[in-house]
Amino acid sequence: MKLWAIAINTFREAIRDRILYLILAFALIMIGAGRAVSLLTVGSEEKIIKDMGLAAISLFGVATAIFVGVGLVFKEIEKRTIQTLTAKPIRRSEFVLGKYLGLALVLFVNLSIMTLAFYGLLWLKGYLDVTLGKAIALIFVELLLVTAIAIFFSSFSSPLLSSLFSVTLYLIGHLSWGLPLMADRLESPAGRWICHALFRVLPNLEYLNIKGRVVHRLPVSGEDMVLAAVYGLGYTLVVLMLAVGIFRKRDFL
Amino acid sequence: MSESEIVLKVERLEKSYWGHLRLRRHRVLRGLDLGVARGEIFGLLGQNGAGKTTTIKIILGLVFPDAGSVRLFGRRNTVVSVRERIGFLPENPYFYEYLTGREFLDYMGRLFGYSEYERKRRIGSILERVGMSGRSDVQLRKFSKGMLQRIGLAQALINDPDLVILDEPMSGLDPIGRREFRDIILSLKERGKTVFLSSHILSDAEALCDRVGIVKDGVVSAEGRLEDLLRPTVRSWEVTFSGPRPADLGGAEILAVRGTETLARVTTEADLARLLEGVRAEGCRLIAVVPRRDTLEDLYLKEVGGP
Repeated sequence: MKLWAIAINTFREAIRDRILYLILAFALIMIGAGRAVSLLTVGSEEKIIKDMGLAAISLFGVATAIFVGVGLVFKEIEKRTIQTLTAKPIRRSEFVLGKYLGLALVLFVNLSIMTLAFYGLLWLKGYLDVTLGKAIALIFVELLLVTAIAIFFSSFSSPLLSSLFSVTLYLIGHLSWGLPLMADRLESPAGRWICHALFRVLPNLEYLNIKGRVVHRLPVSGEDMVLAAVYGLGYTLVVLMLAVGIFRKRDFL
Repeated sequence: MSESEIVLKVERLEKSYWGHLRLRRHRVLRGLDLGVARGEIFGLLGQNGAGKTTTIKIILGLVFPDAGSVRLFGRRNTVVSVRERIGFLPENPYFYEYLTGREFLDYMGRLFGYSEYERKRRIGSILERVGMSGRSDVQLRKFSKGMLQRIGLAQALINDPDLVILDEPMSGLDPIGRREFRDIILSLKERGKTVFLSSHILSDAEALCDRVGIVKDGVVSAEGRLEDLLRPTVRSWEVTFSGPRPADLGGAEILAVRGTETLARVTTEADLARLLEGVRAEGCRLIAVVPRRDTLEDLYLKEVGGP
């Protein structure tokens, strides 16, 4: 109940913030731009529209998760509304998880609007393909993880640094698959050990990226989907627990 | 004070903050002790930076002390359920500006787990109490400082708390608002509630508080009932008379001369008698004899080392 109250207020704050609409407007423009780009380039119009649509949904979803997410937590601390909240009978973990849940709700609504626009475009062009929903579902899992990362960083650093750290980790997350390959090319055992250790600790967001596979109509099994979702949600849980741990020890000056 | 009467007990509280780049450590509290009894209004006074707000934040569990302990209603202050009996108004309150006053109070009510019916009932009565019934559907971004202070007090009282903690409650209020706040605070006492407030405005503290504690350099340098701290005996007399100045002033100090009127001060009864004798002997007209007692301001200035 209390956690839900914080989540609803977070949702209300986000939907009354102009930044969200700005990001959403850009996303919808980008989804629509797939049609224009397909006219200017050589290649299948269907693939270009699908590629650009999914990329726009993913990119603007991540932008919302990081920039709105970091801003919402920071504002509570900076404007000291957190003092009023934490003086009430709520646990600090309820605050962090309530904020997270509210943001997840914002992302869900955001993603739903982008998906509707995307499917609308595909329907108009006669390319409607419901299997693209699998990629969008895993984009949502990825957004849940990125939001947790943004909240984790904003629990101890400024919005600028939090955004920077979150974007960096997001990029690393999509490149970390290269770490074992790098380890194989290294001669130093310490270097190899570090590469393997980083590969295990850093998120591998490519597990959640099946955009290319669905666009090219390659099979994605139910087992693949479940494993990817369990990986993403498990990682999210760990990051949220770390964020709660930091919040519980923090002074609110 | 017996243990059962103590609502708030703070013992040997210490807190320091690190400066920029952790190069310097600034000690704010150096073993602060205080106790507040059920049903009293306690005022924590002190200069800026003396540690009043830090003390309040530690009491509420917003800041963790380096050492020492805080007990509220006999339990550790970090126990979440203890806060169900507490209301808090922060200094210079800033709330969610995108919410209306009513939405904000509804949100606060939800944090106590109240049902929709219960929230509506409490919000209606509390808005009336703080004089905000007519403006409750306006977004907080359009509120003046005084209105924010009132809505802040409303959220602090929404759970009908047994202990109300107010950090500088009078700041930002006009004289009428201050008077209304004073009346609300006094009505809380009448209903058996305990009030713990910090204030810069000594006249308000003197009018409201049963007991005060003066914080200096991170410790409470003076604490007690106002009538015990402020000597009831007369400290000096100020005598105003008109006419020629008497030859024998009886050790009086002349404070001001305006036209034919003279204002003089004496500090002993013997000197007062001599001055009045002189005034009579010269045929002057005696206008006023005003006894001066210690005020909270005198005590405050003595404790914090003012002029």
